[in-house]
Amino acid sequence: MNNLIWLIPVLPLAGFVINGLGRNALSKNLIGAIGSLLVLVSFGISVAAFFQIKSSGVPINVTLFDWISVGNFKIPFSFLVDQLSSIMLLIITGVGFLIHLYSIGYMHDDKGFGKFFAYLNLFVFFMLLLVMGSNYVIMFIGWEGVGLCSYLLIGFWYTNPSYADAAKKAFVMNRIGDLGFLLGIFLLVNTFGSVAYAEIFPKASAAVSAGAPIVLITLLLFVGAVGKSAQLPLFTWLPDAMAGPTPVSALIHAATMVTAGIYMIARSNILFTLAPDTMEVIAIVGLATAAFAALIALTQTDIKKVLAYSTVSQLGYMFLGLGVGAYTGAFFHVLTHAFFKALLFLGAGSVIHAMGGEQDMRKMGGLKGNIKVTFITMLVGTIAIAGIPPFSGFFSKDEILAAAFAHSTTFYVVGVITAGLTSFYMFRMMYLTFWGKFRGTHEQEHHLHESPANMTIPLIVLAILSAIGGMIGVPAVMGGHHELGAYLAPVFEQSTKLLGEHELSRNTEWILMGTSVLIAIVAMGYAYSKYVSKAHVPVADQEERPALANLSYHKFYIDELYDKVIRKPLDALSVFFYKVVELSGIDGFVNGLGKSSIEASKGLRLLQTGNVGFYIFMMVVGIIAILVYSLVRI
Amino acid sequence: MESLTNTIQAVPLNHYILLSTIIFSIGVMGVLLRRNAIVIFMSVELMLNSVNLLLTAFSVYRGDAAGQVFVFFIMALAAAEVAVGLAIIVMIYRNTNSIDINVLNRLKW
Repeated sequence: MNNLIWLIPVLPLAGFVINGLGRNALSKNLIGAIGSLLVLVSFGISVAAFFQIKSSGVPINVTLFDWISVGNFKIPFSFLVDQLSSIMLLIITGVGFLIHLYSIGYMHDDKGFGKFFAYLNLFVFFMLLLVMGSNYVIMFIGWEGVGLCSYLLIGFWYTNPSYADAAKKAFVMNRIGDLGFLLGIFLLVNTFGSVAYAEIFPKASAAVSAGAPIVLITLLLFVGAVGKSAQLPLFTWLPDAMAGPTPVSALIHAATMVTAGIYMIARSNILFTLAPDTMEVIAIVGLATAAFAALIALTQTDIKKVLAYSTVSQLGYMFLGLGVGAYTGAFFHVLTHAFFKALLFLGAGSVIHAMGGEQDMRKMGGLKGNIKVTFITMLVGTIAIAGIPPFSGFFSKDEILAAAFAHSTTFYVVGVITAGLTSFYMFRMMYLTFWGKFRGTHEQEHHLHESPANMTIPLIVLAILSAIGGMIGVPAVMGGHHELGAYLAPVFEQSTKLLGEHELSRNTEWILMGTSVLIAIVAMGYAYSKYVSKAHVPVADQEERPALANLSYHKFYIDELYDKVIRKPLDALSVFFYKVVELSGIDGFVNGLGKSSIEASKGLRLLQTGNVGFYIFMMVVGIIAILVYSLVRI
Repeated sequence: MESLTNTIQAVPLNHYILLSTIIFSIGVMGVLLRRNAIVIFMSVELMLNSVNLLLTAFSVYRGDAAGQVFVFFIMALAAAEVAVGLAIIVMIYRNTNSIDINVLNRLKW
């Protein structure tokens, strides 16, 4: 088994090379088959690795070669597949395969088909590198690589300038976070003299008592996570990232890449546990993001934008979980979120496909009869994300909320309200899309059709996973074992020891669950009365809205704020540097040198009289001068 | 040979130096003041010869043949130079009907 591990990332890389080089030569079917099957094989190996670790409990450690070796400082190119990364592997290759399969149908008429599959494979490769690396440097390679692929795929339809801008925005905002991550790694090297997990983590507690700058390190790492996982204040790139093809939104911007920040913190959980201040910051940022993004999602009319803000919000939940020390809960939510958010995005893609490219929910409605499979699977996903039992989202979200309650009641209250908002905007999306009368054009109504099988099969599989995925983490109070928790326990062992178990009585837990379910159902009912019974349709862009709704619809003007506070001053500064420093300063200096030498030569030129006598005279004077000089010097 | 050396050494070295200096200065003055290209040439020869004289004198006084070897080099060089230089002057005369160097000031900006 261990000598097959390297194949997991290499197979998608091979897919990238084959599809990248043969994108124009190979047929679409072949490209699709290569792209998907290679990921499927990786998935098979990942499953085998998972079962091996599950039975033996021993992480797989493979060193491929020595990569950087400077004096005593060595960075081997090695993989570590333990409990945490094995689950990530399953998500990436499993969900990744389904999304590849779906893309064969979704991208079928696109002329960039081969390019698209090459990029998707490359993304899977980097994502696998990110989770499999046994040290921070390899994680960083993957981290940057997925950023690159995200950029390439958001701007996939690069001839549209606003899509290209969205890609740039994502790239630049991620760079801000990556700078933090990189500085964090440097500081880790400085403090521990190593980048390998296996060397840093055991040393951590001793180093902290010796005064290591652990809070600074963890804060810097967290900055990286904020960028990649679209948290406040660096979240605005994620909704714009919806410019990319829908399978990209599902794979990269919902299921895998954006959870890289969560994975990184879960991986470094010991460091974070040792820095309670950072934990508090993480919890607050996560909670604020969850609530803030949920508020924006309430009024969005673009079906993918709703899902995008919902993703930001759910990521906020995960950070809340990490911040209050519920590492297992946060990771559980990563897992379930990967299922239902990928499902919802693919479902949205199927709706868009049926509507002939329409993304505005105001022009949809009444689709439930026409595209049944999409409707049912999306309904499953919506119930799962709304946190209604027994679907998966309920268990993971509830675990986070319970941990938040044990930490601070305020956190819990805000979290539960956000859960209510989540339920409201998700069902609002469902009702607007699938209930009521059709509000589109005639051609669209004729065009309505269910997607082909290779698009609906992934939906069905993901729907099943979304429905039952929560069963791996049934809490003890409901008579379950929380198998995920038991499986992950070795990874979080040290942190759990330091943090201690939070004790909630059985009654409290039941009350907490009841409350969140009740709120979710009430929100769902309110959405039903508003959007189905009263058949309310969000108003057109130019019409007046109530002040608060307006604020939410315009995303609290955050983009405009960034524009005013950051972009405009930067522009002004650049203009200043260009006009004043560059044009008159540097150019003036360089051109001045040229001009002055031209002027000087104009004067010196007059010495060339052509008078031979004069020349000879000057020569003699020169010789005498040299003689005098050498005499004096001697 | 012996007697020649003795004859030369009969005159004090300072006299040779003085003579050479005078001849050299005359040469320099000739080069600087005369306008006829051929006269300037001759003045240059004067300077060269003054140097030659000095070299031979030193050579004899120090009993070292190197100085004389140099004299031969200078002579050969001067001959070559004169051959080329005279040819140039002849060509200039043919083209301008003059070898007055103050008239030949075409080589300017």
